[in-house]
Amino acid sequence: MGELRLMKGNEVIAEAAIRCGCDAYFGYPITPQSEVMETLMARMPWEETGMVVLQAESEVAAINMMYGGASAGRKVMTSSSSPGISLMSEGISYMAGAELPGVVVNVQRGGPGLGTIQPSQADYLQATKGGGHGDYRLIVLAPSSVQEMNDFVDLAFELSFKYRNPAMILTDGVIGQMMEKVELSDFKPRWTDEEVERLNGSWAATGKKPNRERAIKTSLELVAEKQEIINQGFQAKYKKMQEEEVRYEMIHCDDAEYIIVAFGVSARISQKAVDLLREQGHKVGLFRPITLYPFPSKIINQMADKVKGFLSVEMNSGQMIEDILLAVSGKTKVDHFGRMGGVIATPGEVVDAMLTKLIGG
Amino acid sequence: MTEEIIIAGFGGQGVLSMGKILAYSGIMQDQEVSWFPSYGPEMRGGTANVTVILSDDRISSPVLNLYDTAIILNQQSLDKFESKVKPGGTLLYDPNGIIKEPARTDIKIYKIDATQMAAEKGQPKIFNMIVLGAFLKAKPIVKMENVKKGLEKSLPERHHKLIPMNLAALEMGEEALVEVQ
Amino acid sequence: MAELQLADIIKPENKVYGKSKIMTDTPLHYCYGCSHGVVHKLIAEVIEELDIQEETVGVAPVGCSVMMYNYIDIDWMEAAHGRAPAVATGYKRVNPKKYVFSYQGDGDLAAIGTAETMHAVNRGENIVMIFINNATYGMTGGQMAPTTMVGQVTSTSPYGRNVDINGYPLRITELLAMLPGAAYVTRQSVHTPANVRKCKKAIRKAFENSAKNIGTSFIEVVSTCNSGWKIDPVAANQWMEENMFPFYPLGDLKDGERDSFEQFSVQKLKK
Repeated sequence: MGELRLMKGNEVIAEAAIRCGCDAYFGYPITPQSEVMETLMARMPWEETGMVVLQAESEVAAINMMYGGASAGRKVMTSSSSPGISLMSEGISYMAGAELPGVVVNVQRGGPGLGTIQPSQADYLQATKGGGHGDYRLIVLAPSSVQEMNDFVDLAFELSFKYRNPAMILTDGVIGQMMEKVELSDFKPRWTDEEVERLNGSWAATGKKPNRERAIKTSLELVAEKQEIINQGFQAKYKKMQEEEVRYEMIHCDDAEYIIVAFGVSARISQKAVDLLREQGHKVGLFRPITLYPFPSKIINQMADKVKGFLSVEMNSGQMIEDILLAVSGKTKVDHFGRMGGVIATPGEVVDAMLTKLIGG
Repeated sequence: MTEEIIIAGFGGQGVLSMGKILAYSGIMQDQEVSWFPSYGPEMRGGTANVTVILSDDRISSPVLNLYDTAIILNQQSLDKFESKVKPGGTLLYDPNGIIKEPARTDIKIYKIDATQMAAEKGQPKIFNMIVLGAFLKAKPIVKMENVKKGLEKSLPERHHKLIPMNLAALEMGEEALVEVQ
Repeated sequence: MAELQLADIIKPENKVYGKSKIMTDTPLHYCYGCSHGVVHKLIAEVIEELDIQEETVGVAPVGCSVMMYNYIDIDWMEAAHGRAPAVATGYKRVNPKKYVFSYQGDGDLAAIGTAETMHAVNRGENIVMIFINNATYGMTGGQMAPTTMVGQVTSTSPYGRNVDINGYPLRITELLAMLPGAAYVTRQSVHTPANVRKCKKAIRKAFENSAKNIGTSFIEVVSTCNSGWKIDPVAANQWMEENMFPFYPLGDLKDGERDSFEQFSVQKLKK
């Protein structure tokens, strides 16, 4: 049993980074996630594990510092909120193009533009369809509790290095700002130089050795046909993710006639709605995608044979519903309920939406 | 047992820290807890509120539209949350600055004159502990020994000398609770 | 007759010049008269002389020298446009024992990447920054650069740079020399053998500095782009001497180490 604490989601991201042997955090303050860097700076992990924490001059600089640290074969991360993630999108695309690992945390707030600082899930499409330019995908994990904020940092690093692809923890202002009981992970030491060489020496720019070609961490290719081959390699990687990395949780889905699909805090809110609907005698279940990319399409497609309808509950105008519609392929009814701009849906509203849009409709 | 609570008042009244101590007290008796604050510009002198849930089971939504208990510390919060108390639920308020008394008849209503009491003691900082004491008298959902442990956990070591003062404030609150209906 | 071998032509006794073994055999793609190749060679020679091939990592820019990693046989990172100092920072922070250098042109370093440039130097990152200032955007076809001279004709200032429209040429090196994080800031050129030798000394000093953890070393190389300027290489050198040197004078602007800043440290704020 690990150490039990009452902590904010944002604080847990920081603590989990230190504990999983992260080498560096580069970031820029933005509400509602500034506690991540504040916690790190107060913890001074450079004294304890040697982890670097650096406040960059901008999100643009922060993501490019990650590019540098990741090129060295090191575990690097950043965190931001929606407008800052837009600024980072250029660098994320370059990292994906150069096949560099790294973890980006997005504690979403309402948009577009400066928007609000209140919780939102309006960056779903940005996160799952790439975000920056070019044909690439991120591994996207959606925690729905403070405990998962702890667990997914390590998992994101693991997947990110396994596929040499940036991973995103897509969360929101509620999960970032709320406190819950959390069992912290045990400390894992940072990789030594020798371990970096052994684990990542085949691709990382660890210094040119006489026995190998120089490592060049680049996303540039001048010949279109060669770039296409590189792109085919990326697609093969994404296909493997779809086959091996899909994660989800099902609550009361066995006998469900209707299923709410929701991630992050919307899944928590919807879980309460499921309880309330079941109290009223309605057979409703909750399907929670944990990996938003790769999306659990196959299982949703299978469930579509059995249920009367899906309700996508998201704090946006309807973004994940596009993936659900593709997965369902017209087999059954799919509708959406969401609040926008930083307004948090309540369990009561979700109950009403299910009754009016699907059960009664 | 699940207790869903909203604590609402002005920034600076100790709304968030009261919620935190309550949450810690829940942990001390092996309960699941969640604490979700309003955040942002509201913190700067405006209204502040926090949703605290203590439960024997896994907590679903940290965000609610109805509450078992509302602890109300200013008029704006009363206006906003009186209607959100579940029928049969509890409303505890500090009458200081309240110009429109609660009107619900289907809930239990309690008063605690904590602002006045803290001012008389010359210790405005114990205000929120007086309120918490009153709440725990009305609804003893956590044992006082666990509140003490919760205080020890939530306060940094250097502030532990303040614990006796806080415990005394909790007792003051317990004794001064007024049942309105 | 047996085929002539390279070794038969170049014998040790008559060899007067050889390229650094840190330079690869890839032919340079630069135009005749371009300064890039000379500066690449100097960097390679310094790496060879200091025997730090395994310890050195370069950050290539966007611009004509984007494929610089094809020419110098070390590990490389290719940065997004303007971001080389941030990439170098990220690498150096997790690998403080490595020699890390960035190499950028004027558009990259002094326009799109101004923030990253200023802040890397201001933090006193222990890196080497090399800045090729040829007063134009060479790769994209000779557009106006932040360092383009007033009156200079480029494809986006076809009637000459006009300060009313385009503002002034930016002496970013002078700005950087004011920053406390800078250890060594110098402006060099490579248009004569004497200047090449001086520039090499400067590059060597910069690399040596980065091992001493004394702050950022920054070298501007005032350069020509005869293709972009649309004149021949000899005329380009002359134009540079006559027009650029008066505004971008050669020489050291700072030589020491980053400031301690003790005199400006403040007490903790007390509540």
